[in-house]
Parts: sequence; structure tokens; C-alpha cells
Amino acid sequence: MLNKTLNNDALETIYDHLYQAIDTAGPEKETKMLTKLALILANQLGDCEQVLSAIAIAEKDL
Amino acid sequence: MSNTHAPNAEPHPSIFYPYKVYPVEPLPSQIDSNTRQEVLIVGAGPVGLATALDLARFGVASRIIEAERQVSHGSRAIVLTRRSMQILQMLGCDQAFVEKGLSWSMGRSYYRGQEVYQMQMPHSEHERFGPGTNIQQQYIEQFLVEAAEKNPLIHIHWGHKVTGIQQSDSEATLTICDEDGEQEYRAPWVVAADGGRSTLRKLLKLRMEGEAYTGNFVIADIKADIKLPTERLCYFDPPWSPGNNVLVHREPEGIWRLDFRLPEGESPEHALKEEQLAERIHNILTMIGQEVPWQLDWATVYSASTKTLSDYQKQRVLFAGDAAHLLPIFGVRGANTGLQDANNLAWKLALHLQGIAGPELLRSYSTERVQAAREICEEAGKSTRFMSPPTRGARLLRDAVLSLSLTESFVRDLLHWRTSRPHRYYNSPLNSSTHTGHPLLGEVAPNVKLGDNQYLHDHMLAGFTVLIFLSEEKSEPELSQVCALQELENVSIHPILITGTHCEPGGLHHGSHIADQEGALFEHYDIRENSLLLIRPDQHISGIWQASDNEESPLQWIHQAIRNTLCLTPCGDQHVE
Repeated sequence: MLNKTLNNDALETIYDHLYQAIDTAGPEKETKMLTKLALILANQLGDCEQVLSAIAIAEKDL
Repeated sequence: MSNTHAPNAEPHPSIFYPYKVYPVEPLPSQIDSNTRQEVLIVGAGPVGLATALDLARFGVASRIIEAERQVSHGSRAIVLTRRSMQILQMLGCDQAFVEKGLSWSMGRSYYRGQEVYQMQMPHSEHERFGPGTNIQQQYIEQFLVEAAEKNPLIHIHWGHKVTGIQQSDSEATLTICDEDGEQEYRAPWVVAADGGRSTLRKLLKLRMEGEAYTGNFVIADIKADIKLPTERLCYFDPPWSPGNNVLVHREPEGIWRLDFRLPEGESPEHALKEEQLAERIHNILTMIGQEVPWQLDWATVYSASTKTLSDYQKQRVLFAGDAAHLLPIFGVRGANTGLQDANNLAWKLALHLQGIAGPELLRSYSTERVQAAREICEEAGKSTRFMSPPTRGARLLRDAVLSLSLTESFVRDLLHWRTSRPHRYYNSPLNSSTHTGHPLLGEVAPNVKLGDNQYLHDHMLAGFTVLIFLSEEKSEPELSQVCALQELENVSIHPILITGTHCEPGGLHHGSHIADQEGALFEHYDIRENSLLLIRPDQHISGIWQASDNEESPLQWIHQAIRNTLCLTPCGDQHVE
């Protein structure tokens, strides 16, 4: 299980901004926007192994 | 031609609640000037009845005008918060609610058959009441009516409907209809507690600010022998209704509340059709593992809003409860917020009518409660975007969080349902403190257990309370003088002396003395020795004085703090004895 590194207030703020960004992108472009976001966060993280395990978690329970 | 109003005189159908049809008592003639001082309350729901009982605490008479002749049709508001129970204790009728209600503290949320979140609502031995008490609105209203009927200051006029209003600077004149026709009735103040579809709000053409959310929910009450504890159960995304959710609550009398979101685009009429409803109830019972026989009592459809009037006063009319704001059902915010409105309004209106308070005290009802409603709207909006996602993006986020919640705990707090809580009037102009930003300022005074079935709140049920935290009684003669207070500015004061060590109460004080030998009070209030707390009649703390912070003597300070809470102009030194 992943460690919790963000407090609830931060998590709430991200939740709100993320859904508003999806709404702004619209159904046609939201996937591209979210994929870009994943790549940006991967680059920020700077750890290939962690990114690959995150992809594995994201693939579960769809 | 005169209008008439003849409400339903047949008892509402119910499989568990025996409805009583109340007699129609005509309004008195207003030639007798006594009736001119009475407050007129429109609506005999929980908020109107609580306002009447709360006004009576201060000796103010009222008349309640109610269009129907029976209590609530359907169970509607079924969860009272601890704060509501505390307010009911102030009104002297908590016992009936404790006896009938079901106390609970645990909530569980499920997704794909797995428990993904649980929350224990805060509770401790220092609380008289549990965090939640489940009870149908019929009983809430019945118990309040029974208390009102025993009170000589309250008259309920069932079967009277308001159809018009005119206002001047000194009174409101309502047009009221009954079986025989129309009449005009005058009152210095009118409390509009006439619910979500408020007649007075419409007559005065007032608009609410805020949002209405898409998505309809059905609430259905069934009688069934379900073997589950009293908890809040929430099921997300059930396979038979993808993307939606179901809430299950236990009510007294073997009744269960099922609350579920409808698929987009389905009409309320379709959802309430017998076979449609039966199929979904069957699906829910199967889902919760309780395939038992059931009988429907009542069902309705609602949608979520976060709306409020921007001012709860329109000349001589004061709005409270759903008439003033429409709040989402999630977090049990309707009746519970309304009871806090009533409790905030009553003492201010009473002291205003009695000429004791400055003009701004009554205005503070609107400023304090509108601010509370706006904060609630914002907080409730967060629950609503999870329970009833308003956009495609919100739905994607919700679904992603649910999916992750099966294995990853870091997202699980996003499932928190944010229950209604007492508002903190942290920036109220009624507050005074020698310590700016003290965390207790504006809060409800914490309750503390004092003994078997004895709590600190039991001493805070009428008027103003002053808590005097003292190290040793003899150490601070000036603080001891505060213990001798009985009245200031024509309001009665109840001083409670709290001492940390063994000591004999001196002869000075007329109030209560609590020897806090185990230090529970000092700990709960997290307060230093030699401090004073001023507590309003609604149990909110409006003043904090701590020794060595300032030059003012405790006696001067308490006098000033009372004047400030009553919105009287600051008094000069010459007034202090």
C-alpha cells in the first residue's frame, strides 16, 4: 500500500482542480490532458521504478 | 370574496405512526393589546416549535400558525446531531428523544462488496448524548408539540394558512386563512419557519443565492426485520445501479430508511411507481444480505441544493430553517441547522422585545447564521460533489477515488461524509477576549461529566453563565466578587465557580461551585487558573478573560463583555461600581 504523503486539505484541493481541469478539457481532450499530467508527474518524481509500480496500481480494479 | 383554507382532516396513512388530527383553534381577537406583544411563528415544524419553546425560556409568548392539522407526513429528517440534542435539553424535552431515539456513532462505506471506509464519530464519557440519534420527524414534532401544549406561553393554531403580508416599521400584518375565511393578524415580529417551500419567502419575493445540484434521490421507509446495528451504511456504485449510491439508516419502530440516487434522466414519477420501487428495494435488501419481507411506509424524491437567503431579516420577518436555506441531506444538515438557527434567534429576539439589548443584537442573528449557512454550503458542496457528482470530471474523480480505495488508504478520507456540527462564531461582534484568536471563542462550551448523570451543560440551560476558573478561592478576591453576581444590565447571570484544589466554597457566591479535583474541567477547557468565560444563552462562548493579560479588573471586564454581547454601547468607567 502507498504511503500517504499529502494531508486531507491538499488532497481536497487537488481533487477539485483536477476535476475542473477535466471539465475544461472536455470529453475529447481529457485523456490527452490526463496522460500529459501523468508524464509531468513522472518527470517530477524522477524515479522510473516508482512510476512503473504506480502504473500497475492504476491498472487494478478498473 | 373571502378565501378559505380546509386542510386534510383524515389522518395520513402510515404503518407505524398513528397520526393525530389536531383541532383548529381560532385566533383571538386583537382588541386586547396583550396579543400585540406576542411573536407570530409561521410553521409548526421542528424549527417553528423549537423557536416557540426557546422564546418561552425567556418568558416571551408566541403563537404558531400551521397550515396542516397533523405532524410531518413521512419521516423526513431522521438524524439528530448531538448539538440538536443539547438544544432540546435547553428546551426541556430531551428525555422523550433519548427514550424513543436510537443513538449511534459508526459509519461504514462499501464499494464492490468491500468495506473501504469507516468512521467513528467523536464520542466520549463527557458527552450526555451520542453523536447521532435516529428518530422520525413525526416523533420530533410530536414531542415538541407536547412540550408546547404544556407551556402557557405557546398557542398552536393548526389549520391556518398565511396568504398575505404587509409590513410597517413597527409590525407585520399577516393575512391568515382558515375554514371560515380570511382575517388579518398583527405581530411585532414574525418568524418564518415555514419550510423549504416557504410561503413568506415567496410573498416577500426573496431569492436565494447558491446552487442546485442535478440528480434525484429517492428516500423510502420500509418496515422490515433487518438484523443490522444502528450505523450509517453507504454503498457506492451497486451493480444494479452503476455509478449511483445507496444509504441505509435504522429508525425506531423497526423502520429502515433506504436512500438511493436515480439514474440520470429518470423522472420522480417513474421512480415512485410501485413496481419500480419494489424492484429497487428488493435489490438493496439483497445487496445488504437481508432478503426479508418488507412493507413500504412512505417514499419521496429529493434533489440536493446549497442555497441560502443573503439576509434572514426582512423588516419584521425573521427567517429560520429551510425557509432561510436549503441544504443537502448528506451530513444531516436540514433540521439540525434549523434547530441551531432557532437557538441563536430566540434569546436575541426575547432580549430585543424586552428592551434589554441594543438594536444590533437582533441583527447579529442574520449575520451569524448567514455566515454559518454559507460555510455549511461550502462544506456540504464537497460531500455533494462526491455523492452526486455535478460534472463529468467530478464523476471521473469520484470513480477513480473509489477504485483506488479498494487497495490504497491514502484516498479513503475523501469518503468522509462531513456531518453537521455546531457552528463556531469565531468572528462575531458579540465576542470579547483578552486573548485574541483563543480557540474556544465562539465555540459551544465543552460539556464535561461531573458525576452520575450530571454534566456541566445541565448548569447552562437558562440565561447567561459565567465560568470562573480559580486556583484557590481566596487567592483572587476580585474574581470571587464575580461569583457574587446575580444580574448585570437586567439579564440574570449564573456564575459557576470551578476550583482546582480542595477548598470550601466561601459565602460570597450565589451560583454553583464545582470542585474539579481530577482536573477534567481545566483540561477540557484547556484554560489557565484565574480565568473567566462568558457563555451566551445558546451555550456559545462569547467572552474570555485571563489574568495578567490586561489592566481591567475581572468585574469591570465581565460587565463590559456582557454589554458587548448585548450590543449595548461601551460603558465608561463611571458606570462601574
